[in-house]
Amino acid sequence: MTVLTGWGRTAPTPARLARPRSADEAAALIKEASRRGVVARGLGRSYGDAAQNAGGLVLDCTALTPSWAHDPNTGLVTASAGMSLHDLMAELVPRGWFVPVTPGTRYVTVGGAVAADVHGKNHHVDSSFGAHVRSLTLLTADGATRVLGPDDELFWATVGGMGLTGVIVEATFACVPIETSRMRVDVERTRDLDQTLDVMTATDDRYRYTVAWIDLLARGGRMGRSVLTRGDHARLDDLPSRMRRDPLRFAPRPRLSAPPWVPGGLLNRASIGAFNAVWYGKAPRARRGVVQGIAPFFHPLDGVGHWNRMYGSRGFVQYQFVVPFGAEDTLRRVVERLSGAGVVSFLTVLKRFGEGTPGMLSFPMPGWTLALDIPAVQSGLAGMLTELDGWVAAAGGRVYLAKDSRMSAAVMAATYPRLEEWRAIRRRIDPHGVFHSDLARRLCL
Amino acid sequence: MRNALGSVDTVLLLGGRSEIGLAIVERLVRDGASRVMLAARGGAAPTEELRKLGAEVHVVDFDAARPETHAALIEHAAATLGDLDVVIPAFGVLGRQAVYDDDPVAAARDVAVNFGGHVSAGLAAARRLREQGHGTLVVLSSVAGVRVRKANFVYGSAKAGLDGFAQGLADSLHGTHSPRSSGARVVVVRPGFVIGRMTEGMTPAPMSVTVDAVADAVIDALRSGRQMVWVPGRLRFVFAVMRILPRALWRRLPR
Ligand SMILES: Cc1cc2nc3c(=O)[nH]c(=O)nc-3n(C[C@H](O)[C@H](O)[C@H](O)COP(=O)(O)OP(=O)(O)OC[C@H]3O[C@@H](n4cnc5c(N)ncnc54)[C@H](O)[C@@H]3O)c2cc1C
Ligand SMILES: NC(=O)c1ccc[n+]([C@@H]2O[C@H](COP(=O)([O-])OP(=O)(O)OC[C@H]3O[C@@H](n4cnc5c(N)ncnc54)[C@H](OP(=O)(O)O)[C@@H]3O)[C@@H](O)[C@H]2O)c1
Repeated sequence: MTVLTGWGRTAPTPARLARPRSADEAAALIKEASRRGVVARGLGRSYGDAAQNAGGLVLDCTALTPSWAHDPNTGLVTASAGMSLHDLMAELVPRGWFVPVTPGTRYVTVGGAVAADVHGKNHHVDSSFGAHVRSLTLLTADGATRVLGPDDELFWATVGGMGLTGVIVEATFACVPIETSRMRVDVERTRDLDQTLDVMTATDDRYRYTVAWIDLLARGGRMGRSVLTRGDHARLDDLPSRMRRDPLRFAPRPRLSAPPWVPGGLLNRASIGAFNAVWYGKAPRARRGVVQGIAPFFHPLDGVGHWNRMYGSRGFVQYQFVVPFGAEDTLRRVVERLSGAGVVSFLTVLKRFGEGTPGMLSFPMPGWTLALDIPAVQSGLAGMLTELDGWVAAAGGRVYLAKDSRMSAAVMAATYPRLEEWRAIRRRIDPHGVFHSDLARRLCL
Repeated sequence: MRNALGSVDTVLLLGGRSEIGLAIVERLVRDGASRVMLAARGGAAPTEELRKLGAEVHVVDFDAARPETHAALIEHAAATLGDLDVVIPAFGVLGRQAVYDDDPVAAARDVAVNFGGHVSAGLAAARRLREQGHGTLVVLSSVAGVRVRKANFVYGSAKAGLDGFAQGLADSLHGTHSPRSSGARVVVVRPGFVIGRMTEGMTPAPMSVTVDAVADAVIDALRSGRQMVWVPGRLRFVFAVMRILPRALWRRLPR
């Protein structure tokens, strides 16, 4: 048995961890699974208990037939589900291609990206990962391997399905051509929440990638003040001449790693507060056309491996929700509540979502999404987040499963309207409930 | 499943009318537990309060003195509730020592509940928790078992047995974070004199506590992961001394 947690390091549970190298090996393991069932795991970057299965089997999919292929004519990439977006970028970027969607870390697998239907800074124009997938190979409970396309129901039960329909073995998805490996970025500061929302609403569509970092510690008239970073892939002629010699160079700096013995609670109220003040303070009021690498633009946290250890042994909770456009009042109330409660969040990120995918349990919908990290030791946290769940649900929004570690089954059922439809498909494809996870038990999926 | 902030979904209370047990269950429900089973003699237990708080409450018949039924009860609970997050065997009888002195059969019968019943129910629950890889067994021991007194040595010795059993079981299930852990754990609770139904008519001992205080301490331990709870906490130090008191002196203590 191996004790597993998600990235937030809360609620550890033991499971038998196996590392299949092929679909056949995975199928054999699934056949032997006990009544506690089995679930796939990628790089464990979901924050809560999605890739855990207490007392059962967990399939570490990172060694699944490592392979990838790219067709430069169509831009389609076929990659094994265990491949990380980091490794994929290292292959694709120098060839002039980029993944269609990247989350805030490159250290996720293709399988994890599909299973959570992940979104990136380009959601308002490009939707989520599932929108770019052309086909999936899925290993189901009966041991069969099925190739699925967007016309199949099971495809959309699997995209965003959190590993509960089977093991994704391979995916084919459309990539994006790029001229350079740099980003051309505009940075600006806003005074308060109203201005943040106004600026994003008015001008986000000019950029492919946008995000706002909110200073949650600012109160009163400055509540919701933000730093907006918005950009596009740089064109060749955006680059200074010395960079033009090797425009597709992709060599993210090797990572530092927080050692396992890092003192617990290094990220506490004081240090997070100081960090936030400095971050806002050092951002320019407005700067245009900054040339930045892919890694610092998309994945600033990847610079330090295992940064999650810095929250100490009790771990931390990530809270990400979306509310539809028109529910700005709810968003404002939430921000007020959080800053009023003195919640300290290392990075609080606001983003505008565009159209969602037909994924039945996919998270994104047109609206505003806010994500924050909170140390699990913060007092009164459970009650406050339950209160926020209520507001979010009342506004027609929902909480992101890949980040969740504490929502209730009732809120889940009330906020994912297609849950029943998804359950019916799952019952059909997996009548004995072979695929199971801690998240599924907690939320009665 | 226990969530990231320590709330649970399901609770099984064995001895479904126990005052202490119900006070713990009520707190767990207020904190988010949504499915509860109360197992009590004759299948009757107070459900109204818990239902009002929004929980789905099941009541089943349960007799601690019939160990042969315990494994089936645990299976039934898991089939009804899903994974058992918290199991609380809270049954017990506090007979008078004078009565036991005259009625050895009654004494043995109560010991069979206070100790034997906990062994069969505890082992059956532990088997389930081990299989599911998580869950907590809350064992209501007592300071009466920490050092047995002549004034209630039948009850006390059963509690001593229970306390030893619970610690052994805890070690066999092992702490949560070890790589070889079963994921399941045991919390041993050692209350002093609790003013409540069980002790009705008795003069409270020094440092007596309320049912609510015991329940609060248990909730605290479930959150923090503590494995041993004294209520009130300072009894731990009192008993550190009591334990090493010379026998001749101990024997002469009034109660
Ligand atoms: C720093 C950081 C930033 C992040 N930023 C974003 C963001 O901007 N946008 C966003 O959407 N998400 C974001 N995430 C969350 C992350 O993208 C998702 O949780 C993603 O699913 C993690 O992928 P993984 O490979 O680590 O999967 P895991 O965390 O191991 O698993 C996640 C889920 O995918 C399932 N799964 C994994 N592999 C397979 C497979 N082969 N077949 C079937 N199911 C599988 C698991 O069962 C589980 O349900 C972020 C996470 C971190 C740590
Ligand atoms: N109260 C204290 O001072 C004190 C101190 C330390 C430890 N404890 C322990 O804490 C636990 C809970 O006590 P409490 O204060 O909540 O007392 P309580 O209210 O009297 O509860 C004890 C329960 O056990 C039940 N019970 C007795 N025999 C049973 C049997 N054969 N089968 C099933 N149920 C049976 C009783 O059922 P009925 O309702 O039918 O009587 C009663 O509901 C007990 O183990 C007790 O020993 C209590």
